[in-house]
Amino acid sequence: MSTILEVSYFLSMISFIVGLKYLSSPQKAKLGNLLAGLGMTLAIIVTVTGSFYGKGFSLNLILLLIAVFAGTVIGKRMADKAEMTRMPQLVSYFNAMGGGCALLLGILEAQQVHGDSNRTAEVVLLTAMMIGATSFSGSIIAYLKLAGKQKDQKTLAVVVLSRIALFSLILIPVFVSYQFLSLTLMQEVCILAGIALLYGIVFVLPIGGADMPVVISLLNSLTGVATALAGIMFHNIIMISGGIFVGSAGVLLTLLMCKAMNRSLWNVLAGKFKGKKAGSGAAAEEMDIKPTSIGEMATNLAFANKIAIIPGYGLAVAQAQHLCAQLENILESKGVEVHYVIHPVAGRMPGHMNVLLAEADVHYDKLKEMEEVNDDMASYDMAIVIGANDVVNPAAEKDADSPIYGMPIIKAYEAKQVVVIKRGMSKGYAGVENSLFGEENCSLLFADAKVALNGIINELKNIA
Amino acid sequence: MFEFISAHQAPFYFIVLCIFLGIEIISNVPAILHTPLMSGANAIHGVILVGAIITMQHIPSDDYVNLTLGFIAVFLGTLNISGGFFVTGRILSMFSNKKKKQQ
Repeated sequence: MSTILEVSYFLSMISFIVGLKYLSSPQKAKLGNLLAGLGMTLAIIVTVTGSFYGKGFSLNLILLLIAVFAGTVIGKRMADKAEMTRMPQLVSYFNAMGGGCALLLGILEAQQVHGDSNRTAEVVLLTAMMIGATSFSGSIIAYLKLAGKQKDQKTLAVVVLSRIALFSLILIPVFVSYQFLSLTLMQEVCILAGIALLYGIVFVLPIGGADMPVVISLLNSLTGVATALAGIMFHNIIMISGGIFVGSAGVLLTLLMCKAMNRSLWNVLAGKFKGKKAGSGAAAEEMDIKPTSIGEMATNLAFANKIAIIPGYGLAVAQAQHLCAQLENILESKGVEVHYVIHPVAGRMPGHMNVLLAEADVHYDKLKEMEEVNDDMASYDMAIVIGANDVVNPAAEKDADSPIYGMPIIKAYEAKQVVVIKRGMSKGYAGVENSLFGEENCSLLFADAKVALNGIINELKNIA
Repeated sequence: MFEFISAHQAPFYFIVLCIFLGIEIISNVPAILHTPLMSGANAIHGVILVGAIITMQHIPSDDYVNLTLGFIAVFLGTLNISGGFFVTGRILSMFSNKKKKQQ
């Protein structure tokens, strides 16, 4: 039996490696997901068989099978029913489940440890449990924030509390190790679990909604680390390897996202934009805003040759991706070339916009990345900005005082004409005025993305 | 601490190699695949379920409190895995339900 177990774990580990490798290549991503899923299924089946083989039906086994069955069915249902715009929340939610599992494992395993056990092994257990707990509560808060149920809380109290919690998480195990504090392992586990849960909450609370993808990626990576530590605890090779792959890949992914936003991980975690200066928003009143109408815009579109559509989170919120695709079809039938230009951090997660547009049957070739088009942006007759803000703000290039200075942007202002569809003059997530709105070639269409696109499509049909 | 490390040398080599492997295998990921990759990785750390199953096995059958905790742990782990893989699959199927030449 143990040979089968070892061989299966080995195969599962290979499937994780190949799965992750394939997941990062567009042609093989689906196969990669399938492989990793199969490897996981194999690992679970052999673990269940290996643990319970020949022991008859016990209450443990029955409960276990019920839990696995219920988990699978509910997981599938949630994944199938959720709208595409809610994907980031869902990833966060499932991540919380993994964190919760690590927390419970820590509590359960702590009871198995007897008397004079190795303190290092205990610390591994405690760390796995603390990281799991932090990841659990942090992911839940991230989930609530993305779902719009939780606002940013950036009060001094939260920041101070977060520091205190972090220090206690480090110091309490150290104190107990060197016998400054005498606690039984169980007391220690309970205290640390409580603090870690609290820390997860106050850790995520001050971080801005726009930075949630970075946070989710980080928490995802943390759960990986917790899994790996739990694996050390169980001397289980598949848990160690799987956990570490996710841990290290997650850190890299987190850094890639930070880089795309030109922000350091530290600034994201501290919930601040660099060098925020009070004066930088003062240009607002001086800007000369030129509103436009649906009719005017449709006419301009009909005479254009090449159009760039720049989508942002507003498009996702308004669920307007299908209308966007319709607009594209109509324009193409009139011989207009349409490209979608996607900023690396458009939406709430890298790649989020691509998924949404793919859902609306937008052809892959039409999606352009920022770097691809920035140099010949001037060749576009019109750039339509739908629900995006900071990612097209020229202040990031021109105004050294701006908090977003240095962030790579789509050079929409270089197009012959820019129309921004947005509901009002509200600011983007960075909380800065967008100097694009004041540019000579820029006009604004104040409307909900869905309403505006519907109107334009109808107008275009009439023109035809 | 150091005794612990020297007593477990092979695992430490294994861990360090895994860290580099994890970074290496995803280092060329294009931005459009960040979401499915994150979701897929999210599903993979659900392998913690293996630990939950092992724990579940050695809980005494009459220890109802711990059985409940174990039950929840297994449930959460499974939810992590199945939800993770199904969501990833769904996101990816959005990309591939049209015939297209990618890159």
